[in-house]
Amino acid sequence: MTANAPTQPPAAPPTPLGRKKVRGIEGARAWQAFWLLLPTLIAIILVAGFPLYRTIFFSAQEANLTSPGQATFIGLQNFWFTTAEGIGLGFLQDPQWWTAVRNTLIFTVFSVALETVFGMIIALVVNSAFAGRSFLRTAMLVPWAIPTVVSAQMWAYMYNDSFGLIGQGVLGGQALLADSSTAIWAMIAVDVWKTTSFMALLILAGLQSLPGDMYEAADMDGASKWTQFWRMTLPLLRPALLVALVFRSLDALRVFDIMYVMLGANVAASTSMTGYARQQLIDNQLLGVGSAVSVAIFIIIMAIVVIYVTAFRVKFD
Amino acid sequence: MYLKRTNPGLFYLQRTLFYLLVIVITLYLLLPFGWAVLTSFRRATDLFLPPLQFAFAPTTLDNYTQVFANASFRRGLFFSTIVAIGAVAVSLLFGSFAAYALGRFRFRGKQFIMYIILAVSVFPQIAVLGGLFTLITRFNLFDNPIGLMVSYLIFTIPFTVWVLTSFVRDIPGELEEAALVDGASPLQTLFKVLFPVMMPALVTTGLLAFINAWNEYLFALTFMSTNRTVPVVIANYSGASQFDQPWGPIMAASIVVTIPLITLVLIFQRNIVSGLTAGAVKG
Repeated sequence: MTANAPTQPPAAPPTPLGRKKVRGIEGARAWQAFWLLLPTLIAIILVAGFPLYRTIFFSAQEANLTSPGQATFIGLQNFWFTTAEGIGLGFLQDPQWWTAVRNTLIFTVFSVALETVFGMIIALVVNSAFAGRSFLRTAMLVPWAIPTVVSAQMWAYMYNDSFGLIGQGVLGGQALLADSSTAIWAMIAVDVWKTTSFMALLILAGLQSLPGDMYEAADMDGASKWTQFWRMTLPLLRPALLVALVFRSLDALRVFDIMYVMLGANVAASTSMTGYARQQLIDNQLLGVGSAVSVAIFIIIMAIVVIYVTAFRVKFD
Repeated sequence: MYLKRTNPGLFYLQRTLFYLLVIVITLYLLLPFGWAVLTSFRRATDLFLPPLQFAFAPTTLDNYTQVFANASFRRGLFFSTIVAIGAVAVSLLFGSFAAYALGRFRFRGKQFIMYIILAVSVFPQIAVLGGLFTLITRFNLFDNPIGLMVSYLIFTIPFTVWVLTSFVRDIPGELEEAALVDGASPLQTLFKVLFPVMMPALVTTGLLAFINAWNEYLFALTFMSTNRTVPVVIANYSGASQFDQPWGPIMAASIVVTIPLITLVLIFQRNIVSGLTAGAVKG
């Protein structure tokens, strides 16, 4: 399709993307860019834009998953609705939703914080010269390359109270996953193990872009390694660290796989926001309520993105 | 720096502590996977042994034969492969067109499109789950690998566009200008001039997108019922009775689906690190 686009200046049509009519080579290039972007834009509208619109649409409808055609508009009643008998039917009145929100936030804050600290330690170790450095660098990639479901099963096995390395070996037969107060920490441990290496990789890349002569100068001036870390390394790493933090937090807020595989559908619905939404949407077939929950999650996540980006002036370029 | 001469005691203490830290880190990173590998070679009856005896218990390949005899696991491998490869191929093709436009052309609205693509890459998958489900059933694509493959474009396309754009920007402009002067069309320029230069970037991006598609769970769980992909098969792997988790075969299946990924990652180590850090994208 692009091969037919005019390349000669006189034949160039006006640019489709600009309000001002730009002619000549610029206009032709704009047309070509438009054609090149078209497949991507169509795909994004098909799999992201339109489904998102449908989710927002259904969030204001009473609808069933098996017959989405027969939806009736009920406004915000999926979010908040009290019957004449005083029974709250909106999901915002469901204590399970708030438990899921609280657990997801605990999960996100602690796993991202721990990943950052561990990732920093590992990156600093790998960044220094020692025998076996390249081996450790390679070993770092292993947890990252393991599928989430696989790591969930691996850890579920290790947590097992009758023959797990941790559940039986270390804790002497304590069922970590059966108790909701310990289960959330067990989940955090899995996530930290799986994603610390990703953090370490990003931090390491940042460390390696720092100028070495700066540290030589600091050594000359008698600054200790400790001072160097807090006064030079950390401030200079800030941009790389912030971008990594944004992406990790967003990933953690969307957590689903670990909870669903290790705790089952029902417990996952009170441990992860996504788990709760999926249970309403797919298991209970409540297309309306499920979509309303999805919209709420979407708003929460987009709000956090905006806060991060404006508060820290994160640049993605 | 001169600690070795001035205070050898402190120097060796520091070194010892440092190597201790290295050992702890290595164990932390590798032990869980190592333990899974070990378990996959142990008999079901030996699972109750204390760790040390377990480590030296007799080796068996039973778990692997059992896993490969399992029809749903074999089907899972097949479906995972076609879905992941399909999603990656489409994303690389579309993504390289878009990256060429975004990295090389000047036009109004470019910034806006970049923001849209970035926004989609941070989309929570759950936000489109209901909408996509109704769409997929409408087109009779439920339980069809094509439907799943198309749904995966929501995360593979923004990712490939974003990373490839940052690569395209770094390619020196002279190459392309020479092609333009010689009268090549944009597609010819892309395929004949830029693709050969972009090859390492395409391999890296494709590999990372493949890993994401191979590991995806939420869509696979929701949009497929009998034609399951491997993450779902492994999550649902069950033994003779509901209460008897067959850990040996589960670990063997886990190793089988992980080994190709780890091998690829180790081969393309250097590219992967640069791909992950280019434009700082999610893993």
